[in-house]
Amino acid sequence: MVELRLPRNSTVGKGKTFPAPAGAKNVKTFKVYRWSPDDGKNPVIDSYELDLDTFGPMVLDAIIHIKNEVDPTLTFRRSCREGICGSCAMNIDGENTLACLKPIKSIEGDVRIYPLPHMPIVKDLVSNLDGAYAQLRSIQPWMQADSAPPPDGERRQSIEERAKLDGMWECILCFCCTTSCPSYWWNGDKYLGPAVLLAAYRWIADSRDEHTGERLDSLDDTFKLYACRTIMNCTQTCPKGLNPAKAIGRIKELQIERKI
Amino acid sequence: MNASVPHIEVMRSQLGRARGLGAGHSGTSHWWAERVSAASLLPLSTWFVVQMFRLGGADHAEVVKWGGKPVNATMLAALIITTFYHAQVGLQVIVDDYVHGKAHLPTRLLVKIGTSLMGLLGVFAVIKLVVRSGSGK
Repeated sequence: MVELRLPRNSTVGKGKTFPAPAGAKNVKTFKVYRWSPDDGKNPVIDSYELDLDTFGPMVLDAIIHIKNEVDPTLTFRRSCREGICGSCAMNIDGENTLACLKPIKSIEGDVRIYPLPHMPIVKDLVSNLDGAYAQLRSIQPWMQADSAPPPDGERRQSIEERAKLDGMWECILCFCCTTSCPSYWWNGDKYLGPAVLLAAYRWIADSRDEHTGERLDSLDDTFKLYACRTIMNCTQTCPKGLNPAKAIGRIKELQIERKI
Repeated sequence: MNASVPHIEVMRSQLGRARGLGAGHSGTSHWWAERVSAASLLPLSTWFVVQMFRLGGADHAEVVKWGGKPVNATMLAALIITTFYHAQVGLQVIVDDYVHGKAHLPTRLLVKIGTSLMGLLGVFAVIKLVVRSGSGK
């Protein structure tokens, strides 16, 4: 049955407080989820009082500042710091987003920072996305065509055909959407989740791909595709402004079109 | 087994787990049935509500007579069948969401049998109305 409360070893406690440096004028508190697999203790929330005048404008700047200047034990993923790699996806102020694209100014009061919800935690803000990556691989996100490509060049695609991929190729696979989806929380082992379904539709919609039918076949399942309950958290939370819910809707339309 | 070494129960690869048992190929029919039954319930329920207002204050004999007419009996049976069919398909979604593990299959069966029986009961009640008004009692 569904779990209504957190397991005892997941209950979040109060952690350490790191006070602001003396003389700081522009102070904001960052409350960060901390958990280590090594000490057998419950997760805690550490409070970092930071002087906003000493680092950049984004939440990622604050986290990097904590790591470099305040507490080097804080663990998180980050790479490009400009919203194209998807590494710094986390739950900030109650919403999944990329720390590098989230301005600190847009948050009122304390800044609460948690890892992506409902995934196994590796450490602190690093969640384990192995399952989601495997689900992505299971939909075969690569071109499948039986016609030989032209010997002297690439497979051609009209401007109109190419336009159908807009709104999908931009996905950076940060999994903010998938981990914001209650249906994925309940049935993440079977439901593919919005990010993977958006990727699936990206290949279904690609005029150069010739395995559309097989792709639709493999999605015709009460869980893999149809566990989507059109809750729309995916579209609301996407830090790239994409619309996975619409892509899922299009897949459902195509399923009906070939069946009815 | 050495107690100090943690025992790992699942070593299957993530890809193997993600692919699972493959697609069941019944998702589309179920999803479509849910929508079609919901759409059909709109006119059927509207008809029912209007009829109930029209029958306001009628006594038992009048209602029996009303329900015995072929058009009314057909509409009533259609409403009952669609309602319980929609309930069945809809409850299945709730069970899929919230009931996991070994309880899943029995709960699904319970929903199927329960809604079918209640629908059947309603249909037989309508048949009874038709038979009664037909025999003039």
